[in-house]
Amino acid sequence: MTLDRIKRGQAFKIVSIPSETVRAQAIRFGINEGEEVYCEEVVPAGPVVIRKNRQMLALGRELARQIKIKPEK
Amino acid sequence: MAHCHVAGTGLKNIPDGARKIVLAGNPNAGKSVFFNYFTGMYVDVSNYPGTTLEISHGRFGSDLIIDTPGVYGISSFNDEERIARDIILAADVVINVVDAVHLERDLFLTQQIIDTGVPVVVALNMVDEALKQGLKIDDDLLSDLLGVPVVPTVAVRKEGLEEVKKAIPCAGKGHVTPGLQKRLEHFLNRVGSQGEALLILEGDAAVAGRHGLEPENCREEIYLKRRERVNDVVRHVLLESTAGISLKNLLGRLMIKPLTGIPILLAALYLMYLLIGKFIAGTVVGITEETIMQGIYEPAVRGFTGRFVPADSVAGIILTGEFGVLTMTVTYVLGLLMPLVIGFYFFLSLFEDSGYLPRIATLVDRFLTYLGLNGRAIIPLILGFGCVTMATITTRLLASDRERRIAIILLGLTIPCSAQMGVIAGMLGGLGGQYVALYALVIFIVLVMTGTVLNTVLSGQPVALLIDLPPLRWPRLDNVLKKTANKSYSFLKEATPLFALGALLISVFQVTGVLAFLQDLLAPFTVGWLNLPKETATAFIMGIVRRDFGAAGLTGMALAPVQTVVALITITLFVPCIASILIIFKERSKGEAALIWGSSWVAAFLVGGIVAQLFTAFNPDGRLSGTVWVLFIFSGLALITAGVCRLFKKPGAGSIAG
Repeated sequence: MTLDRIKRGQAFKIVSIPSETVRAQAIRFGINEGEEVYCEEVVPAGPVVIRKNRQMLALGRELARQIKIKPEK
Repeated sequence: MAHCHVAGTGLKNIPDGARKIVLAGNPNAGKSVFFNYFTGMYVDVSNYPGTTLEISHGRFGSDLIIDTPGVYGISSFNDEERIARDIILAADVVINVVDAVHLERDLFLTQQIIDTGVPVVVALNMVDEALKQGLKIDDDLLSDLLGVPVVPTVAVRKEGLEEVKKAIPCAGKGHVTPGLQKRLEHFLNRVGSQGEALLILEGDAAVAGRHGLEPENCREEIYLKRRERVNDVVRHVLLESTAGISLKNLLGRLMIKPLTGIPILLAALYLMYLLIGKFIAGTVVGITEETIMQGIYEPAVRGFTGRFVPADSVAGIILTGEFGVLTMTVTYVLGLLMPLVIGFYFFLSLFEDSGYLPRIATLVDRFLTYLGLNGRAIIPLILGFGCVTMATITTRLLASDRERRIAIILLGLTIPCSAQMGVIAGMLGGLGGQYVALYALVIFIVLVMTGTVLNTVLSGQPVALLIDLPPLRWPRLDNVLKKTANKSYSFLKEATPLFALGALLISVFQVTGVLAFLQDLLAPFTVGWLNLPKETATAFIMGIVRRDFGAAGLTGMALAPVQTVVALITITLFVPCIASILIIFKERSKGEAALIWGSSWVAAFLVGGIVAQLFTAFNPDGRLSGTVWVLFIFSGLALITAGVCRLFKKPGAGSIAG
């Protein structure tokens, strides 16, 4: 599933990030492919806010649509 | 050669033999406090060659301290990173300011700088705040693991700054990311510098090009190793208890949910309005502009120059006339603009320092994507209500050229600056709610339509938002004030010559009769199409000089309520003031700037005329029905535009990066 379908409070694993530039930026923030992260907030039809430890990132909806994730049970 | 151009840093006036001590760190890590402490008053701010960014540098004993823009890493993602990269590569010592609260994020840059092989001292800043949040950091162990000195500091309280100074001679090359050394050596023999070798490995085309090499393609691999290394270091040095963050976390969440976030944003904007719109624009400007500048300064200048040039001569008009370079420009910049600009930058710094700004960006991202922008563009749009010239300069922070173009057009066309807003609010205030609504909604609809159309017709894709949300914290006043002062100063320094040039141009037009000619040219349109008295043409022409001149020119006229609204809508959409358009000419190509200026004429008269004509057509007797019809038709136009744009939108639109 893709990141834009995530619900608030759900933990998930990042499967793939499509663009190399975004991947590199995400690694800088410690949120790379394979990491387990947590959905902090979803702005309706807007950005998705994800968190790993203390690092929070807001990702625009279009970008979220292209990030593949796997929700944790 | 005492003053030479140092190739690596791109800065001039650097004495030979001075060591280059570079301050580097993530955004908001507190670098500026270090910079000011080390350099004292002797600071030089210069434009970085080939960019629009300003770099401060100053003396520190016989050495030189150079500040760098706040970045999360040094690659080539934007101008800031490119500059930070070049300055760090040329450094003799780097003082890396690390925010103790964001260790995981900040140490990535630290490790990247260490990997360049430059000697580093780490200033572990804001340890007090980290402690408050339950984060204890073992700085001795951190120093061991990184292989460089680590000094805990609380920069805003001057704690640890002397120790950082003393640690500079002890700066050392740290431990390179495991597994990287061998590969660096391979390139080291060919390019002679570990830092450049690293960036070539990380695929930096610009650095590779300097050596006539092709960039390697190992960025992601190295980034992942570095990230792994940093996480490992953090695991060892950070003792965490999670107490005390929940309340701020909750507030942070409320700020980005529309249901609570919009009221919070409105409250913040209202606070801004009270302080800037009421107090600064009213009380403070009343003193600075009227009492000091117009009351004392201008007569003094007129008296003085009057001794050498007669006031009614051409030179006299240009120097001290209605738009005099020595009178209007100085009064406008110091008396009116300076207090307002300081007020706006104060709030911007406050929002930035507290961590609220990226949350506003997240909240409004959805709306701004319709206009081809992303949440970050809220910064110039808010600043536009202060001064469109200032906001136009701020569009430099946007990620792509496409976004800058859209933001500049929207600013120039639809956002009334504070000077103009004052006059507009005064005129609308007496007319009643329906006219206020008519004015505000028509302008808003034009903003949305323009953005939607631009987003459709401009080639390229909007850049999706990717923004760091740091934990909220109480803004630190000295930090906020320092930032406010720096930003206000560099804006006024950049804009004042343009205001002077604008005044000069207008005085020349006045002397040569071009102004009167334009007024006559415009008159048929104002009378026949806008249904306004002939004299309003004068007000519009004055709007070319300053937006508030245009609006103020209308106050003295006897206008019906509808005429007032039509005139105000037209004057708001009308061309940006002369200083703004000069900035646009500077920032964009000449053709684009001329097109923006020309289209503003068309858009202003088109929209103003439609409102006037609709009102006449639908409003034979009842007053409210006219307003309702105008808004109804404008909303309809907006919906049709949105629909057509959607049809023409390229499939798979929307994309990545930034």
